Amino acid sequence: MTAELQHLAPDGSPRGDVPELEGTFLRELFVHMMRVRCTDERMLKLQRAGRIGFVGTAKGLEAAIIGSAAALQARDWLWSGLREGGAAVMRGLPLSEYVAQMYGNSHDTAKGRQMCNHFQHKASHYPSWSSVIGTQLVHGVGAAFASKLRGEDAVHAVYFGDGATSSNGFHSALNFAGVWRVPVVFVCIDNGWAISVASSQQTAARSYADKAAAYGMPGRDVDGNDVLACYQAAHEAIAAAREGGGPSLLVLKTYRMLGHSSSDDPTKYRDDDEVAAWAAKDPIDRYERYLVERGVLAGGERQAIEADLLRELDAVIHEEETVPPMPMRTLVEDVYAEVPPHLRRQFNSFIAVAERLGYARPGDGAFPL
Amino acid sequence: MPTLTLLQAVNDGLKTVMRNDPTVLVFGEDVGPKGGVFLATEGLTEEFGVERCFDTPLSEDGIVGAAIGMAMNGLRPVAEIQFQDFIYPAFDQIVSEAAKLRYRSGGQYTAPMVIRTPYGGGIRGGLYHSQSGESYFAHTAGLKVVIPSTPHDAKGLLIASIEDPDPVIFMEPKALYRTLKGEVPEGSYTVELSTLREARAGKDVTVFCYGAMVTVAEKAAEQAATGGIEVAVVDLRTLLPLDEEGVLDAAKRTGRVVVLHEAPRFCGYGAEISALIAEHAIEYMEAPVVRVTGFDTPFPNTLEHNYMPDDRRVLDAIEHVYNF
Ligand SMILES: Cc1ncc(C[n+]2csc(CCOP(=O)(O)OP(=O)(O)O)c2C)c(N)n1
Ligand SMILES: [Mg+2]
Repeated sequence: MTAELQHLAPDGSPRGDVPELEGTFLRELFVHMMRVRCTDERMLKLQRAGRIGFVGTAKGLEAAIIGSAAALQARDWLWSGLREGGAAVMRGLPLSEYVAQMYGNSHDTAKGRQMCNHFQHKASHYPSWSSVIGTQLVHGVGAAFASKLRGEDAVHAVYFGDGATSSNGFHSALNFAGVWRVPVVFVCIDNGWAISVASSQQTAARSYADKAAAYGMPGRDVDGNDVLACYQAAHEAIAAAREGGGPSLLVLKTYRMLGHSSSDDPTKYRDDDEVAAWAAKDPIDRYERYLVERGVLAGGERQAIEADLLRELDAVIHEEETVPPMPMRTLVEDVYAEVPPHLRRQFNSFIAVAERLGYARPGDGAFPL
Repeated sequence: MPTLTLLQAVNDGLKTVMRNDPTVLVFGEDVGPKGGVFLATEGLTEEFGVERCFDTPLSEDGIVGAAIGMAMNGLRPVAEIQFQDFIYPAFDQIVSEAAKLRYRSGGQYTAPMVIRTPYGGGIRGGLYHSQSGESYFAHTAGLKVVIPSTPHDAKGLLIASIEDPDPVIFMEPKALYRTLKGEVPEGSYTVELSTLREARAGKDVTVFCYGAMVTVAEKAAEQAATGGIEVAVVDLRTLLPLDEEGVLDAAKRTGRVVVLHEAPRFCGYGAEISALIAEHAIEYMEAPVVRVTGFDTPFPNTLEHNYMPDDRRVLDAIEHVYNF
C-alpha cells in the first residue's frame, strides 16, 4: 500500500519535499480557493431565495479542484463534471458568465439550455459536461488522440467523481487511453460520496488508484485537502503526459462537506462525526496556516480577501439578475446547423398561439418558411 | 380510504408487494437509507433490511443487467433508474436482453422484472432530467410500457407490473409526484395492464394522453366545457401492449381526436395512435387527427414551460378539430 502524497499536514506544517513555488503564485492559489467557497455561499443564498434552481457545491474540494487545475497550461483542456466551475474561473471563465449560466439568462453562452452548474468556456478549452455521469471521460481520450495526431503538446485533464468510476465510460476511457498512450491525466475527485452512496460501497478495491494498474498506467493517491500535494501530483502527471509518457490516474481524496446539491439532505445517510472529522482537515484553513507561517499572507488577511471576493460577486449578481431569458425561438435553434423546415413549422404554429393569447415577447416572431 | 400523493402511492405499492412476496427486491442508486432522490423508496431499507432494498454502484448497465440475472433465477427485481434520462447506459440490457429473452429461449427463460423510472419535464432539470423516452421502449417488442397518471393507478399498476411475467418499464410522471393527491385503497389491489381509463367523459372531442399530460388535458377540457365543447379525456395507462379496441371505440364516439404527449413529435407515441385511427376508423372521423407534443428538439431548460404542451395549446387543438 502506497501512502497518499501529502505536503501539508492538517495543521499546515510542511511535509516532505514541499514544491518550491513563488509567493505570488501561492497567494493566487489561495484567492482562487477562497473564490470557490465564496461563490458557493452566494449561489446557495440565491437558491434558497428561489432565484436559481440548483447548486452543486465544492465546499471541501477547493484544494483538489484548484490545486490540480493550476498545473495546467493555457493550451491544455479541462473536461469537467459537476463541481469544477471554480477551475474554469481560474483559467479564464468570466465570473459574469458563471453567474449567467446559473440564471440561464441570455448572457449565458449556452443560451440557458442547461441546468445550473454546467459551465463552458471555449477559450480556455473547457467544455461543459452533459449531466450523464462518466461520458466525458471518453471524450477527453478522443480529444487527446486528436491533439497527439496533430503533433500538438496539449494535455487533457479529465475530471470525475468516485461514483463515476463505476460507469462504463470509466472503463472505456482508461482502457483506450492506456492502449493509445494518449496525453490524458484522469483526475478522480474522491469526495467520499456519490449522492448517498459511500465511496466504500462503490468499489471493493483498496483505492481507486489501484484500478490504474489494470489499464497499464500509473495510479497515485493524493491528499485532496492539501493544495500543494494536488498541484505537485498534477504537475508531474501533466509533464509526463506532455512528454509522451502516456496517461495516468490521480485520486484526490477529499470530502464533500455539504449535500450532493441544494436538493439533498445528507443527514439522512451520514454521521455528523464523519463530517466534523473532515472539517478539522479543511483545505483552506490548512493552507492559510501554511501561508501565514511562510509570511505570504498576513494574519487576518483572509477576511479582507473574502470581503473583496464577495463584493465582486455581489456586483456581478446584481448585473445578471435582471438580464432576460433568451427569445423563444431559441427553442428550435442549434438543433442542427440550420433550422430545418419541420422545426420552423413547429415553432410557427406555437408562436401563433402565443401571439394570439399575448404571451409572446418581442423577438419571438415566426420564422420565414 | 387514505389520500396519498402519487409519490406516496408508489411507495405504498412497493411496501405492499414486498410484504406479500419475499422474492421482491428493490435496488438502484440512492434508494437505500436516503430513500431515493424523490423519496419513492423511503423507509424500505428500514422495514425490509439492506438485503431487500439496497444501493448499487453507479452503473445503470450493471443495475439492469443484474436484475435480468436475478429474474432468471427466481427473484422479482424492481430496479430504479434515478432519472429516465440516465437509462440509456442500460439500453443494451433492456433492448437486447430483457426484451428478447423469452423469445430467443423459446419461453425457457424469462425476465419478470420492473424498471421504475421518473420521467418528464416541469422541474427545471434541463436536457438530462426531463426527458420522455417512452417511444424508444414502446418500439421494443417484448417489453411492456406502463405510465400511471393518478395515485390510485400508480399503486395498482405498479403491483400489476411486478406480478406480470414479462419485463415492464414503469415510467413515473415526476411532475405529479407531489402535486397530485388522490384516494388510494389500503392493501393489495391491481389495475389490469393494457386497459385504458376514461378520465373524463365527453361527446364532442377525444383527447388521448398519458402521464403528466392527463392533468393538462383535463384542465383544457374544463375550459372547453365553458365554451360548450364536451371533451373526453382518455388516459392510455399502458402504452405497450396498447388497448387498441379501447382507443378505436373512444375515437369513433366523437370522430374528433387530439393526441397529446410531452415527448417529441416525430415518431412519437402519438404517431401510433394516429395511424391506428387512420387504419381502422377513418370513416368515423370528422376532422384530421391533431397532435400536441413537445418540439422535435432536445429538452430545454429556461424555456421548458414553452416546450411542454400546456392547456392553452391543447385547447387550441381541441377548438381546431371541433370547428373543422
Ligand atoms: C448515468 C447517470 N446516472 C445517474 C446520475 C444521477 N447522479 C448525478 S450525480 C450522481 C453521483 C455522482 O457521484 P460522483 O461521481 O462521486 O460525483 P460527485 O457528485 O460526488 O462530485 C448521480 C448518481 C447521473 N447524473 N448520470
Ligand atoms: Mg463523489
